[in-house]
Amino acid sequence: MSQQITSIEGDEQARSTADAVARRSYGKLVAFLATRTHDVAAAEDALSEAFASALADWPRNGSPANPEGWLLTVARRKMIDAIRGQRYTDVDSEGIASIADVLAAVPAADIPDERLAMMFACAHPAIDPGIRAPMILQAVLGLDAARIASAFLASPAAMGKRLVRAKVKIREAGIPFRVPRREELPGRLEAVLDAIYAAFTEGWTDPGGADVVRRDLSEEAIYLASLVAHLLPDEPEALGLLALLLHAEARRPARRNRDDEFIPLSQQDPSLWNSEHIAEAEALLHRASALGSIGRFQLEAALQSAHVHRCRTGTENWTLVVQLYDALFALVGSPVVAINRALAIAEVHGATAALDAMPDLAVDQRLAQYQPYWVVRAELLFRTGAHAEARHAYQIAISLERDPAVCRFLERRMSALPA
Amino acid sequence: MQYILLLHAAEGGFESMTPEQQKQGLAAYMAYTEALSKAGALKGSNRLRPVATATTVRVTNGKTQVLDGPYADSKEQLGGYYLIDVPDLDAALSWAAKCPGAGHGTVEVRPIWDMSDY
Repeated sequence: MSQQITSIEGDEQARSTADAVARRSYGKLVAFLATRTHDVAAAEDALSEAFASALADWPRNGSPANPEGWLLTVARRKMIDAIRGQRYTDVDSEGIASIADVLAAVPAADIPDERLAMMFACAHPAIDPGIRAPMILQAVLGLDAARIASAFLASPAAMGKRLVRAKVKIREAGIPFRVPRREELPGRLEAVLDAIYAAFTEGWTDPGGADVVRRDLSEEAIYLASLVAHLLPDEPEALGLLALLLHAEARRPARRNRDDEFIPLSQQDPSLWNSEHIAEAEALLHRASALGSIGRFQLEAALQSAHVHRCRTGTENWTLVVQLYDALFALVGSPVVAINRALAIAEVHGATAALDAMPDLAVDQRLAQYQPYWVVRAELLFRTGAHAEARHAYQIAISLERDPAVCRFLERRMSALPA
Repeated sequence: MQYILLLHAAEGGFESMTPEQQKQGLAAYMAYTEALSKAGALKGSNRLRPVATATTVRVTNGKTQVLDGPYADSKEQLGGYYLIDVPDLDAALSWAAKCPGAGHGTVEVRPIWDMSDY
């Protein structure tokens, strides 16, 4: 009996150690294995087998002193076995020997961080632009195809197929795993920044930070953004992205009250915001603007900055906000930007003008499944007095929402509609 | 890694040029081939005769069909190739961009499936 309890406790401890290592080291371990073999899929498979071995071994023998090194040792053995086992028809015995040598060359205690090199392989010009960001999310952060598909408004099956195809291309076309030379870097950077942003927004959908994996996703995105900004201190968009993420992260503590209810920006308590994050974001934005090249992420960070300034000082600045959204829309032209722009227009020109500025569902059918479209539509219809239509839009928005706190917030808004 | 650079271009472009332009065009290809060779990257290269000289062969149910003309009747035709040996795709793409063919047509870069792998 007591032995059984010990075993269950051991299982739990092993699982939590494995989870912690997975969150901290997943991308680093995949990058180490993939950079040496050019095979992202095999690296992911070997690592997932190593995690499975850890869950079997650690409860019996105790968690190792260096779990990361343990996992790498097992994963590279699995990878060499897979290559020897004729998993690949296109690697000869000499190739196997050299891959084995290369994999064994680095001590497991001192694993170099090659995530950036892998990110640039995933975002290579020879890779289909639409799959670059999902590739980085999967290879560096370990997100599965279903979750990536939901973030990118795609079907899980189609996303899975495209990810497999991109990994085959990286391996068979000989795409290098290296950080591009300085002169070729700016052109290659956009896809990497896009992916980091997508990773952050995926983590952001859990505003309370209750879901540890999700919260770590935002932290990991901020870490990657810092890494890129550090590497490219003269690249304004790299600085702009980090500023944007820090601004958004700064307000996380204010997005929920003690009862875990969702609090919209206009009703948040600015004293709960992380002023260090905000100060750092403002400094980054200042540095970026001095470099004299405007871009999408700088504009989005400037919008965050404007919202923060208005809420802190009570000074209305909606005209500036609309101007920033105009510039952003001219640059990006996405329906997501148009939706946020419509909300700002409502503050300056009223709800009817804002409804006219909303993107057209008939033009972009994906909006039918896009929750923020229905929320904003509901709010604007509410303000124009079209209560029946507003109720309908709230109902759709609630049906599309994953977060129960946001659902309750929307239900309260809907119940405020006159019967 | 070995790559083949497949040079596709509209046929007749060369014939419609003035003798001076033709001379310059040939000189550009010769300089490019020379540069590849000096870099130790050149494995082989050939220019193909026009598609009017092409013949297509297909065997169906044991019957050999021989047809006049190229496999695909498109505006741009395969006109030549370079077989190169370089470290990675970036190097291959960089050589492709320097190829005169990229200026008057399209260069398709394909990795070679090394038969010694079997």
